[in-house]
Amino acid sequence: MSEYAEHDLDAAGVGLVEKRLFTFAQDEPMPLESGAVIGPVTLAYETYGALNPDGSNAVLVCHALTGDSHAAGVYSGSDPKPGWWEVMIGPGKGIDTNQYFVICSNVLGGCMGSTGPASVDPATGQPYGPDFPVLTIGDMVRAQKALLDHLGVKRLLAAVGGSMGGMQVLEWAARYPDRLVSAIALATAPRHSALQIAFHEVARQAIVADPDWNGGRYYSCCKPAHGLAVARMIGHITYLSDEAMRHKFGRGLQDRADFSFSFDADFQVESYLRYQGRKFVERFDANSFLYITRAADYFDLGATHGSGSLTKAFSRGKARFLVVSFSSDWLYPTYQSRELVQALKRAGKDVSFCEIEAHWGHDAFLLDSPRLAGLISGHLERTSRDLARGIL
Amino acid sequence: MRYDLDLIASWIAPGSRVLDLGCGQGELLEYLHQAKNVQGYGVEQDEAKAAEGIARGVSILQGDITLEVMDYPDHFFDFVVLSQTLQQVAEPLELIRQMLRVGRRAVVSFPNFAHWRGRCQMFFQGRAPVTPELPYEWNDTPNIRVITLVDFKRFCVRHSIPVIEAVAVKTEPSARTGLILNWLPNLRATNGIFLLGR
Repeated sequence: MSEYAEHDLDAAGVGLVEKRLFTFAQDEPMPLESGAVIGPVTLAYETYGALNPDGSNAVLVCHALTGDSHAAGVYSGSDPKPGWWEVMIGPGKGIDTNQYFVICSNVLGGCMGSTGPASVDPATGQPYGPDFPVLTIGDMVRAQKALLDHLGVKRLLAAVGGSMGGMQVLEWAARYPDRLVSAIALATAPRHSALQIAFHEVARQAIVADPDWNGGRYYSCCKPAHGLAVARMIGHITYLSDEAMRHKFGRGLQDRADFSFSFDADFQVESYLRYQGRKFVERFDANSFLYITRAADYFDLGATHGSGSLTKAFSRGKARFLVVSFSSDWLYPTYQSRELVQALKRAGKDVSFCEIEAHWGHDAFLLDSPRLAGLISGHLERTSRDLARGIL
Repeated sequence: MRYDLDLIASWIAPGSRVLDLGCGQGELLEYLHQAKNVQGYGVEQDEAKAAEGIARGVSILQGDITLEVMDYPDHFFDFVVLSQTLQQVAEPLELIRQMLRVGRRAVVSFPNFAHWRGRCQMFFQGRAPVTPELPYEWNDTPNIRVITLVDFKRFCVRHSIPVIEAVAVKTEPSARTGLILNWLPNLRATNGIFLLGR
């Protein structure tokens, strides 16, 4: 997703924040769903707001494919770039840090401080590279649970996330139904579709086809910058929509009055994609991209937790759900959210659903939207109130 | 709260589980949750209304009532409410059957098309009635079913749907007060509210 799109920031944010590290599985390695083990495991995380005395106000924010633990705030007074969900998290915002204790961690397999393929394998003293075990969304969530145990959070008021973050939210609800009171799943799916897998596969092939990828062992030399940039360009196409592209670029030319009659980036859309690709290479590890997209592709909640039935996967627990889709999102279309809602209803769950009319495609969940903020804050407030009344 | 919603609320037992089809911004459910500790669920087609209701803390599904009612388990609700919407439903019998499948009781309210004001317009002016309760012209009305209190009672008898309570109401749209009528109800009532069982 376009986590670091430029936002208009006029509202007050959470201010200065600090990235922290938590390491576990030092003695006993963490078993993974594939059967492999990994350890030690480090998770990078940030928190905003304060945990209340009865521990009832914790909100876990799960990031999408290329996000990180830096969901809100800035690292220093001169830091020009706030966290990726600055529009949603902060005092008086959709997820109000005056009321809630917000936690966001970089996923296992990531490259922003958490253990991933670019981390050093203690067995060899070299980066894991292709020896890093293949992960699942379930593995990421199990690592998050270890972090919450460490932070003393026994039960989440809510888990919130969009896209792959939404998958983690659903995984939380199915795997640890007694550990959360509500789940907010945005622009996501209960399982990856052929179309979603297909886009990921093309992106992965772009990386693998780059000679600099070198079988995943590139950390001592040059990274597969071209392949990773192409992978990102594909991603950006899927995060927008036909309408968004027409509005944003049309057939506009970039810094020129006429065609160059070459293969330069004549069109604005080409220039935009190339720029996004270049920028991404600076901040993201190609192997992490491979592993994380794989985890998303393997995601099928009904198969993992319900012997093939999504309804059965949600049979346990009493969590309340809020499901949101966006009308122009063709990567995670509304029908997938409706399928999720249908299963939740059949499981007798309390679920709210809204399809927000938005032109910006899949990226809409990251953009400033009073409607989305209202949905989330209303859902959180009601959940919080009912919890205090002893209803939940 | 609107007078007809107030009456409906009076029929709903505290602590029960309620589905409101066509719930708008969830006014009834919000009230029932606060006043009667009711676990409320709503369905609303309109995005803005559904979103507004969710933002107020009500559980609402944005969607088509005739489709959304299908997925709930049998007997999941104590009451299923269809307020001022029956006149817009394409398959009323199927919908009421579904309501009584997922709920123990169904509450159905609708504007009475046989109210004297409408009858007068029809009789004296020869025009399709336009009244405060039914404020549409023939060409822009969403109301595809012309229902009267008498017709609805006949419908229930014909399809063996037990009517537990039937109330004829005289009120103004969005008014908080009104009257329950026993004398010439089909002529004088603006609305009918029915409590149906299995």
